Amino acid sequence: MTEVTHHSQVWSYRTPRARLLLWGGWLALVALFVFCWQVMTQNTIWYFVLDAPRQAADIGGRMVPPRWSYLPQLLEPLWDTINMATLGTIGGVIMAVPIAFFAARNTTPSVMILRPIALFIIVASRSINSLIWALLLVAIIGPGLLAGIVAIALRSIGFVGKLLYEAIEETDAAQIEAIEATGASGAQVLSYGIVPQIMPAFWGISVFRWDINIRESTILGLVGAGGIGLKLQASLNTLAWSQVTVILLLILVTVVLSEWVSAKMRHAII
Amino acid sequence: MSAAAYPTTWRRPPQILKDRRWRIAIQIGIVVYLVLAIGTVEVNWSRVYEGLARGQRFVMGFLQPDFTSRWRDISQGLVESLTMTLTSTVVGVAISVPIGIGAARNLAPRWIYYICRAIIAVSRALQEVIIAIFFVAMFGFGPFAGFLTLSFATIGFIAKLLADDIEEIDEAQAEAVRATGASWAQLVNYAVQPQVMPRLIGLSLYRLDINFRESSVIGIVGAGGIGATLNTAIDRYEYDSAGAILLIIIAIVMVAEYSSSYLRKFLQ
Repeated sequence: MTEVTHHSQVWSYRTPRARLLLWGGWLALVALFVFCWQVMTQNTIWYFVLDAPRQAADIGGRMVPPRWSYLPQLLEPLWDTINMATLGTIGGVIMAVPIAFFAARNTTPSVMILRPIALFIIVASRSINSLIWALLLVAIIGPGLLAGIVAIALRSIGFVGKLLYEAIEETDAAQIEAIEATGASGAQVLSYGIVPQIMPAFWGISVFRWDINIRESTILGLVGAGGIGLKLQASLNTLAWSQVTVILLLILVTVVLSEWVSAKMRHAII
Repeated sequence: MSAAAYPTTWRRPPQILKDRRWRIAIQIGIVVYLVLAIGTVEVNWSRVYEGLARGQRFVMGFLQPDFTSRWRDISQGLVESLTMTLTSTVVGVAISVPIGIGAARNLAPRWIYYICRAIIAVSRALQEVIIAIFFVAMFGFGPFAGFLTLSFATIGFIAKLLADDIEEIDEAQAEAVRATGASWAQLVNYAVQPQVMPRLIGLSLYRLDINFRESSVIGIVGAGGIGATLNTAIDRYEYDSAGAILLIIIAIVMVAEYSSSYLRKFLQ
């Protein structure tokens, strides 16, 4: 019996080849990072960066104590913000439902034409943030709540559409076939075979999107789309930092509350 | 019992609310809310009508995008956005790994756990744009403020999901490593890290994608990147350049989404 000598007696975590690859990967990442850092900070004025702690202390000093007497003036913009999110969500969901049915492989009327169009609408709506939508819409239909509502709705199409069409594709084919076997028409199959199966997912997605929309609608006012963001913009422009504190705390409370409501509702539905 | 007691027509049973009274009450509540909410929306229809021409110009600009005349601004914005995305993801992930380990109840003592969870909660509660406003006020305009914003936002995202993942690891493997007399650091390296590494890589790639999308937004408040270019283009009413920028953003997001989902599948 010959003794095996080429194996090392000490156990090691990785093979030499894997170690080399890992090392190379890390080196490439670090090199890329350093390169990007150099490009990014080319025009940075380091004086301002070094000055930051003093600026932070200055702003912090102006932010406390919060000016609580400003709070009553914020209630109406807050109501507007909540309405903007809710109406926008409703509009987005209404537009997203047909697009989701066009995009789902098992319900789309034409795989070649309508499905790619629906998928492109979903991707386009998802990749453009609601703030950018608002920026465009304020330029087109003027500042105000309507621009915010339409921006929220357009942004919601992608999110709701994507999750809904995945839910439609995951429906149980046996139930649909059972309805088809009774001689049901296409619309009846949709209504009795598919809709009951996706209903819980639909409500869950809508409530989840509503919660995200409340969060996003608080800042849409920064570009002129109404709501509490408008007050934030006004306070920032006049450097009224003690009012900014009140607004931020109010936004925080609203966001936490809406998250809680949406978690409760989703828990009750599913 | 006679058969006539049974209804002869079938009605679809309610799925969510079983009680009829509750359903009616909620439906009335929804109608009342909608009337009140729509009442608060003041629409200046003449302004909307005037804007339609502008909207048409924008759609035309989107269909015939102009890449060339502002190409220098666009390319500079793109370079800023892309470098900002990469550096902030790397730094954010590097910071969130220790915080994520600290926020896992099965690895960290109670007081460290609470500190780390508090950091995560603060980072998740604040909007990127609001953080960007503060960082721009502190560090001045430009991509450096954007880089800090995105790094800060990355911490909340990655650290939370990493901590939840560490809490769900297979305890048997950790127990086995512990039984060999391993130290805490060895435990993390040999029992936890192999179990969570694929997911951490997946999350980082996903966050890279999100950070690019966000980098196109925070430019609006002065934090550099393609968002600043877009904002300028819209302010100048150059809708054809704006259309070009939006198409570039959509294309990059699509490429990033597909390649990151492909990479995640490949790694798992």
